[in-house]
Amino acid sequence: MLKITKYVIYDILRSRVMIAYTAFLLLVSLSLFSLENDSQKSLISLMSVEMIIVPLVSIVFPTTYLYNAGEFIEMLLAQPISRRSILLGEYAGVAVSMLLSFAAGVGIPVMVYAPTATGMVIFISGISLSLVFISMAFLSAVSTSDKAKGIGIALLLWFYFAVIYDGLLLGILFSFSEYPLEKTVILLASLNPIDLGRILILLKMDISALMGLTGAVYKKFFGTGLGTAYSIGMMSAWIILPLLAALGIFRKKNL
Amino acid sequence: MYCRLAILLILSTLSCSAKVSVVCMNCMQKDIQQAVNTAMPGDTILIKPGTYPCVNLQINKPLSVIGEGYPVLDGQEKDEVVSVLSDNVLISGLGIRNSARGAMKDYAGIRVFKSQQVTIINCMMENTFFGIYLSDSKNITVRGNHSRGANYGKSDTGNGIHLWKCQGVKIENNHIEGHRDGIYFEFAGRCLINNNLCEKNFRYGLHFMFSDNDTYTGNTFSDNGTGVAVMYSKGVQMIGNYFTDNRGDASYGLLLKDMSNGVISRNTFSRNTIAVTMEGSNRMHFEKNNLISNGYALKITASCQQDTIVMNNFSGNTFDVGTNGTLNDNYLNRNYWDKYTGYDLNRDNIGDIPYQPVSLYSVIIEQMPFAVILLRSLTVELMDRAEKSIPSLVPETIQDKSPLMKMILQ
Repeated sequence: MLKITKYVIYDILRSRVMIAYTAFLLLVSLSLFSLENDSQKSLISLMSVEMIIVPLVSIVFPTTYLYNAGEFIEMLLAQPISRRSILLGEYAGVAVSMLLSFAAGVGIPVMVYAPTATGMVIFISGISLSLVFISMAFLSAVSTSDKAKGIGIALLLWFYFAVIYDGLLLGILFSFSEYPLEKTVILLASLNPIDLGRILILLKMDISALMGLTGAVYKKFFGTGLGTAYSIGMMSAWIILPLLAALGIFRKKNL
Repeated sequence: MYCRLAILLILSTLSCSAKVSVVCMNCMQKDIQQAVNTAMPGDTILIKPGTYPCVNLQINKPLSVIGEGYPVLDGQEKDEVVSVLSDNVLISGLGIRNSARGAMKDYAGIRVFKSQQVTIINCMMENTFFGIYLSDSKNITVRGNHSRGANYGKSDTGNGIHLWKCQGVKIENNHIEGHRDGIYFEFAGRCLINNNLCEKNFRYGLHFMFSDNDTYTGNTFSDNGTGVAVMYSKGVQMIGNYFTDNRGDASYGLLLKDMSNGVISRNTFSRNTIAVTMEGSNRMHFEKNNLISNGYALKITASCQQDTIVMNNFSGNTFDVGTNGTLNDNYLNRNYWDKYTGYDLNRDNIGDIPYQPVSLYSVIIEQMPFAVILLRSLTVELMDRAEKSIPSLVPETIQDKSPLMKMILQ
């Protein structure tokens, strides 16, 4: 398994897409920090980028990578290695290399320009979002053998979590606005990893707006130990569950 | 004969010139009240360092009571500490401590009642229910005092400087913390409030009602429970004040309720939940203020009319303007908005297309407060963009026709 991981990391780190991704993140964060004097404002813009670009790349790149590595995986399957270690090895390799480029592209500029609690939270939620969407990428890649279909599923998942879900949430809020929805909203929002990451960052950042009456309710929940445990648990579930599902499919898959 | 005349002359000069009587811990004269009782009008009472029990010291004649090295007047939590019941009194350099507390009576560190030309300077109030209480008085000066409330920061404490039915009061360079309201005005007209610092008070840093034609300059109101509330007053001028860090679920930098003809100029509002709320306020001039890093910069209700909002800087606020109406009758022009995305072709520093400070999302939040959880989500940003290009829900009348391209230095 470790050997597979090592090989995958070498393979990915050399790929042009990964270098471009790192360079893009680095460029965006550096220009955001140097254009704006107020580091708080740059962090807000950085957060918007992180909520859109990071999930997109984290789901599309691993999907295409898995399809492209199809022959290599078939070759591995011919060896006496369990399917479980092959997939987990692949996952670890992809995850480590993507996190490395995220750390280089976002982590280093944040550490240099805004080494604050907000910067920390942005970095951590970016890492968890990367892991979540890599898991989803694995799920979409193993669920079908058709490359175009797999990438389509990946894109759709991204679009659903980045845009559609919030639209639906807003629709639900509109239809049930007569009812006390605070707790329901917390539950619904945490069912979307992007929303969860965003809320965690906002609680550190837009504190003065969020501390309106309803904001105070959210802050009260997510600010406590229980809320933190809940959000960590939710994020981990979003990382582990799709990966387990992918593992289940991959084990029984007729290649 | 000549000799008698000479003695008479000497006696008369003695009685006219002010006498200084010293009170100290080891002197004959240990009791301040006794010193006051025996003093003649116009005398000076000099109090040396030490701690003196002092339950409701009554100053009922024109005197100067001056402390040397902050002697402490201890009210022993029995009654008020000092009461001034006469005109032309000077109180300076005293430490006032431990007034009584109560729900029925407003006990104060220093109370001034029905008096004129009273000056209170450089006093330190500690653990007093009300700090300085002025009622029915005229031409009072309160300068350089420091007051820490009893029950620091809790609800059952009095106000730092409390004015009731006063005229022409000057309040300068005071530091008030941990009271219920920092400075409280009711029926106080033509007063000057300069360079005070009100912080960490339980309710309002500054609270005033029915007080016309007062001027506030250079004060700082910071980290108070619910900020500053000014209500039911005419012709108030607030210039060059700082309103910062007033946060909480019902908190604002400045609340204007039923105010008219006032001027709010060159103030700085930063890091408040809501920087400025205006309700039923008419003909206010809101100009040249800095509104930076607040949740809402400005909330105006539909009951406000003929207000002028010009030359302000709006920067780094989550929402610039929130309203429940159309602001038809108000004049919003020539402000700087950091969220403005328009262009300036002729380079006259005025944007060529109008700016709409009310976003669709802020309208949604106004109706459904829990939608705040979608703040800064991609969906919301897309909706806001779409609404900006084809307005349908946000009233089109709310716009700054000539937004400035650059921040104004003020």
